[in-house]
Amino acid sequence: MNTKKRKHLNSTHKTRNGSNGVVFAILGHKMAFVGVVIIVSLLCMAVFAPFLAPHDPNDQDLYHVLEGPTWEHLLGTDDVGRDLLSRVIFGARISLIIGIVSTFLSALLGSMLGLISGYKGGMADMVIMRITDTFMCLPVMVMLLVIVAILGPGVENIIIAISVLTWTTFARIMRGQVLHVRELPYIEAAHADGASGWRIMFKNILPNAISPIIVAISITLGRHIMLESIATFLGLGVQPPTPTWGKALRVGYSYLEIVPLYSIAPGLMITLAVLGFNFLGDGLRDALDPRLRGEGKKI
Amino acid sequence: MTKLLSVNNLSVHFSTGSGMVKAVDHISYELNAGETLGIVGESGCGKSVSALSLLRLIPNPPGKIVNGEILFEGKDLLKAGKEEICDIRGNKIAMIFQEPMTSLNPVLSIGQQVREPLMVHRQMKKKQAAAEAVNALKKVHIPDSGKRVSDYPHQFSGGMRQRAMIAMGLTCAPKIIIADEPTTALDVTIQAQLLTLMKQLTLETGAALIIITHNLGIIARYADRVNVMYAGRIVEKASAADLYKHPKHPYTIGLMASVPKLDQDVKTRLQPIEGQPPDLADLPEGCAFHPRCRYRIEQCCAEAPQLRNISDEHEIACWVDVK
Amino acid sequence: MSNKENNNLLEVNGVSKFFPVHGGFIFKRKLGDIKAVDRVSFHIKRGETLGLVGESGCGKTTTGRLILNLEQATRGTIKFDGKDITHLRKKENQALKRQMQVIFQDPFGSLNPRMTVREIVGQPLIIHRMTTGKGEYLDKIDHLLEIVGLNPGMGDRYPHEFSGGQRQRVGIARAISLKPEFIVCDEPVSALDVSIQAQIINLLEELQEEFGLTYLFIAHDLAVVRHISDRIAVMYLGNIVEVASRADLYKYPKHPYTRGLLSAVPIPDPEVEAKREQFVIKGEVPSLMNPPEGCKFHPRCPRAIPICQERPPLLLEQGDAGHWAACHNI
Repeated sequence: MNTKKRKHLNSTHKTRNGSNGVVFAILGHKMAFVGVVIIVSLLCMAVFAPFLAPHDPNDQDLYHVLEGPTWEHLLGTDDVGRDLLSRVIFGARISLIIGIVSTFLSALLGSMLGLISGYKGGMADMVIMRITDTFMCLPVMVMLLVIVAILGPGVENIIIAISVLTWTTFARIMRGQVLHVRELPYIEAAHADGASGWRIMFKNILPNAISPIIVAISITLGRHIMLESIATFLGLGVQPPTPTWGKALRVGYSYLEIVPLYSIAPGLMITLAVLGFNFLGDGLRDALDPRLRGEGKKI
Repeated sequence: MTKLLSVNNLSVHFSTGSGMVKAVDHISYELNAGETLGIVGESGCGKSVSALSLLRLIPNPPGKIVNGEILFEGKDLLKAGKEEICDIRGNKIAMIFQEPMTSLNPVLSIGQQVREPLMVHRQMKKKQAAAEAVNALKKVHIPDSGKRVSDYPHQFSGGMRQRAMIAMGLTCAPKIIIADEPTTALDVTIQAQLLTLMKQLTLETGAALIIITHNLGIIARYADRVNVMYAGRIVEKASAADLYKHPKHPYTIGLMASVPKLDQDVKTRLQPIEGQPPDLADLPEGCAFHPRCRYRIEQCCAEAPQLRNISDEHEIACWVDVK
Repeated sequence: MSNKENNNLLEVNGVSKFFPVHGGFIFKRKLGDIKAVDRVSFHIKRGETLGLVGESGCGKTTTGRLILNLEQATRGTIKFDGKDITHLRKKENQALKRQMQVIFQDPFGSLNPRMTVREIVGQPLIIHRMTTGKGEYLDKIDHLLEIVGLNPGMGDRYPHEFSGGQRQRVGIARAISLKPEFIVCDEPVSALDVSIQAQIINLLEELQEEFGLTYLFIAHDLAVVRHISDRIAVMYLGNIVEVASRADLYKYPKHPYTRGLLSAVPIPDPEVEAKREQFVIKGEVPSLMNPPEGCKFHPRCPRAIPICQERPPLLLEQGDAGHWAACHNI
């Protein structure tokens, strides 16, 4: 016993607790770091848009319609002569807000319902899962239009509509995870500790079931930015002349042969955002798992 | 007794995230026809790897046999070609795996699996092989073997699956049978049945049996000679009778003192080996056992001991002569 | 009798646990019951260790779970400290956990991989509000880790950073954190390396002496059970077939199954092994869905007589005081 204690005392160990560890792990994770850089730059672009944009995004210059890149307009102009670069920069605001907030709400709603459904089982599970199935059957595009038509156009309404239509994926994923995790011996140990249902759900099951949700979030984000563009394109989303990436991508598509950058530039931005969130998601998943954190070596 | 197999200076390395791991480090041993050799040690001591390398079943990468020779019937298995090895696997050297639940293919009937080696190695026709399969199942006491031969693995109980595995291993009348932790997934009463059965069958056919286990009792009951392994090396080699009567390596002594025995006086405290089994990626200098050893001297921390004879057919790898 | 009752910390009376089996493609219908535990009765005295042995599927783990109230008994009563604990309300059930704890078999699965060792050991303290402040909480955890032979400085680490034996120590620290009177040890050493098993067994014995603990020690390894237990109960297919003091059970086993079980365990000594009489049990454990009529052991029993097929034997006291066996032909 003595020799063992001595040995343990000799082993040096840096204390790293919870949140700090995660931050370090993300910064240490190359891909995640790239993701963070991309997302932070995009966010900065959105916040400082008025300073970065060379023109007012809504100024029309009807003498220069559908032009290619010039020194005046670095990316060219659109069909009513607005500066494309400025519209892409300003577009980040709406697109990112809609993408991030709707994904967050949808994940929150879905995970909570999935968690309850998986943990409680029985009647609760039945009811929640039938509701989920029903929502899954709804054609997303059509329903999106219906909901926005009822609520009226606008950023908030788009966000609500997207969230209401997409939480089902998260609920399904979460429920599957919970069904697996709740049977593991350490959950039994928590029961033996006398832990309450809430404690078991949130402290013991949730951290072990969240990884796939985080990955799903990073994938969903890009999809939500696209959903917004469809609604906007059909005139039900964000009202013109407010610039968004999705709208520019869609409208620009018609002029692809004349001014390719019209849709390529916003398309690249969407890709960049999705990529950034994907990288971050990967890193976050690893960082949240103590077993995959860099220092995880046996003593 | 004729020498069947001799393993000389075999080393197997695995490359892992935390560096090169010497799973098996310069081990040598011999196996005679008709005898039962026990290889005993704890998890990660290299006992399974040393057996898998006999059939060149080490997954490569990450594993690699880096050194040594394995002489079987005068041929070095490590230099043999792919076809030669395939001809030996399941034919002359058979392996009975740890997990009977996962080692059988769930979509093939038991009969199909038992007759497969016969068709491959003995070039038997399907009909003949099928009849032989029924016979093999009968030999391992599967009741109603004529009918059960067309059952699928899930219709068999754990013990019967393990017996079917044994039947598969024995159909080609191999010269060497390797039983890798043959019983850990089984219950005590079934375990006793199966090992007794295996031992009987090998006695009948004159094959040699290698039992790999962590259970000192099983070794005592069934083995003639024993290799004790620790951290990739053989630390003690002796006949079973000698080993249990006069264990000489401190690790063996420690193991013997740390297991409760059925016939022992009760209410004596067990004497555990202190500390943890070593991490193969980070072995201590010198003898791998020295941090846990009660008898260590200075030399143990500096230099790894080689196997040396201490009496007839009894070797230990230790600097100290423990009285 | 009343005097004796006071001495019993745990009394299990005729407890059964049936798991219904459903089948059918569209309409579910009940096919039958798996009688995991079938009319089991025993008691454990204060401060003693009762060993519960049997092969897989004999119901020993379910018995442990029933006692811990992790599973509801289908029939029968379980009394802990004189109080019926089979039908408790939520609050009472929680309070019970303070007196009754469990050590699990699998040291790799029974610790939450997302919690630090400190959180795992401290969780019961928080749930049961056993500490007043953060300082006391941390001190208590450090103390617990020290008791089980771990360095308190390792509290911030995660379970995967520990070896099997160390993890089992963490599991033990968790179990004793509430200072329980009674601990169910469910195969606590069977997943560990041989050289580590003895460390954990010794630790359990030390803790028992230090804190006056009472154990139910569930295992399939008879040598280990014999070492640690005062009395031993043998289970087969949901029934207890024999209960006796440790010495009696190993020296004079009465039930043929016990004899077979003992004989099947090899003794690590070739000379003793060569001299031992082998008492081999043939066949395999039947399915729990439709166990044999009469004595469940009779198809495998070398001493079966006609009556064994008709009537299940009762667990009766045989000769010596405290030695119970359920067999028609002793």
